[in-house]
Amino acid sequence: MKDIFNTPLLDAQSLHKHFPIGKTPGLFARARGSAGPVPRLHAVDDVTFTIARGETLGLVGESGCGKSTLVRLLTRLLDLTDGSIQLDGEEIGHLPAKGFGKSLYRPRIQMVFQDAGDSLNPRFTAFAAIADPLRRLKPLPREALKARVEELAAMCGLPLELLGRFPHQLSGGQKARVGIARAIAVEPDLLILDEPTAALDVSVQVVILQLLDDLKQRLGMSYLFVSHDLNVVRLLCDRVMVMYLGRIVETGPAERVFRHPAHPYTRALLSAIPHFDQIKGSDGAASVPRLRISGEPRSPIDPDPKVCRFHGRCPQGTEACTQAMPLLQGVGPGHSVACHFPIIDTGIDTVRADTDEPDSLIEDVA
Amino acid sequence: MTTTATLKHVRYVLTENPVTLFAFGLFGFILFCAIFGPWLAPYDPLATDGAATLRPPSAAHWFGTDALGRDIFSRVLVATRLDLGIAFASVILTFAIGALAGIAAGFFGGWVDRAVGRLADTIMAFPLFVLAMGIVAALGNTVGNIVLATAIINTPLYARVARAEANIRRNAGFVEAARLSGNGEGRILLLQILPNILPILMVQCSLTMGYAILNAAGLSFIGLGIAPPTPEWGILVAEGAALMISGEWWVALFPGLALMTAVFCFNLLGDGLRDIVDPRRRT
Repeated sequence: MKDIFNTPLLDAQSLHKHFPIGKTPGLFARARGSAGPVPRLHAVDDVTFTIARGETLGLVGESGCGKSTLVRLLTRLLDLTDGSIQLDGEEIGHLPAKGFGKSLYRPRIQMVFQDAGDSLNPRFTAFAAIADPLRRLKPLPREALKARVEELAAMCGLPLELLGRFPHQLSGGQKARVGIARAIAVEPDLLILDEPTAALDVSVQVVILQLLDDLKQRLGMSYLFVSHDLNVVRLLCDRVMVMYLGRIVETGPAERVFRHPAHPYTRALLSAIPHFDQIKGSDGAASVPRLRISGEPRSPIDPDPKVCRFHGRCPQGTEACTQAMPLLQGVGPGHSVACHFPIIDTGIDTVRADTDEPDSLIEDVA
Repeated sequence: MTTTATLKHVRYVLTENPVTLFAFGLFGFILFCAIFGPWLAPYDPLATDGAATLRPPSAAHWFGTDALGRDIFSRVLVATRLDLGIAFASVILTFAIGALAGIAAGFFGGWVDRAVGRLADTIMAFPLFVLAMGIVAALGNTVGNIVLATAIINTPLYARVARAEANIRRNAGFVEAARLSGNGEGRILLLQILPNILPILMVQCSLTMGYAILNAAGLSFIGLGIAPPTPEWGILVAEGAALMISGEWWVALFPGLALMTAVFCFNLLGDGLRDIVDPRRRT
């Protein structure tokens, strides 16, 4: 009997995804044994994390850091190179992505796509789009299916008269609602939200985020929330995970990570959030000196396993950073960081003013 | 998608674009001739009349008579069914093979893509009409072989269009979403990708129809297709070609006009068909 209270909903252990790049050596080269090792792009490298029931985990990182690949691994659209994914204590990482659609686990992990327009088949009406996962995964008689689709539409705030429309006849917000209704149709345990509001304008974003928060309360799902918008992550997520070049560089309770970022990259990311005060130059509360990082990320192709991925862009990199890859280590309750020189005593809030008592921070850490 | 909405949309497309309306009208007329031609023909298309050879167009013989005194109007009218039948059959065959192979190639990639691509390249490497001649010459000039030859030479065109369109969509969001919804790859191919490519293939279909008619007529013209005395546009033009010099212009002109009208009609039809099949045009 497994302990459902202590087993996390999703337990991902040292996930790896490497893509071979360039031409695979030909038959003759392989037969001669003269083919060198194929260069491999390390999209996701040794990523470990858990998601508890009812929890919202935020995933942030710059473009190309491997967020999308990680999401595709978790949704089982992509095969793992190495590692294990456990859903409710049951291993699903070894199931081939090709046959996962037929597995019993398929309804339990669903996803809301970044671009609602692109994720809806232009030839399917809103009704057909929402009904599709039900037809495939939870077959219902015709009448019950209709009732269920209408219930889902109502739940997602989609007017019933729009169900007969094609995607090109719907607005951005309506398309997003169809996408959400489709994802929750089969009552998933884990809903992955891949920048669900990135393609929407600001006024609609708020409404959709409220809808997502509301649905989570009502249906008791867990969320993995991938976003560029750090303010949204801070608002919605219980915990946050910062990814850089395929690796998790910092993870911890959202509020804590945002207040006291320990990794230089997280700090740079947070100080990149635009504030009015900075523009106006007023003496407002959040006038943080910007921490800029320059240069390009290191190449993700066959990276040196001994060198910190952030080295070269990091403002405080030293010789030590090229000797050993920093691993995640605890710097506070539930707060881990992968850096040899974590910023423990200066959080983003403490940089701006000397009035903050350093004692309070140390207590936090302890 | 209800039937009434579809009908409404068809009416909208037809009224919105007079060229499409004209093309559909012409198509209806050609189809009417193909179906009812044999009953409408004023004379037996095979009956010779030694007393009335090579008569110019008149009230009795609208398109005149040929060297054996057969009524050209009747022959052109009756030939419609055969020519259209060959074109239809070959286009359906081409569509089935070419579209499916092309979509599979574009969607799955890898060895399927390479196999389909090489096969298409091989066919395209021959001058297509010469290839069709070769196929008919080798297999014998029956209607079935003409259909087959016409289908084979048109298949690469479909396969390429379908491949390119499927390839664009293989990683589209809705394909991923369909996988998350538990759809297998085959189902995604047929129910998600194919309907999206259908409008483009419809245009292609219509264009190939014209081309197929020309090809069948061409084969008959050089004597490799339908055997005389069966009325067929290509044969009729061939019979009249020699008589052009001696001044009997009507023998070749009218079947030629029929051929031209049919090809013209199918080329115009393409755009209209796409508008009807594509739901994005629906408002």
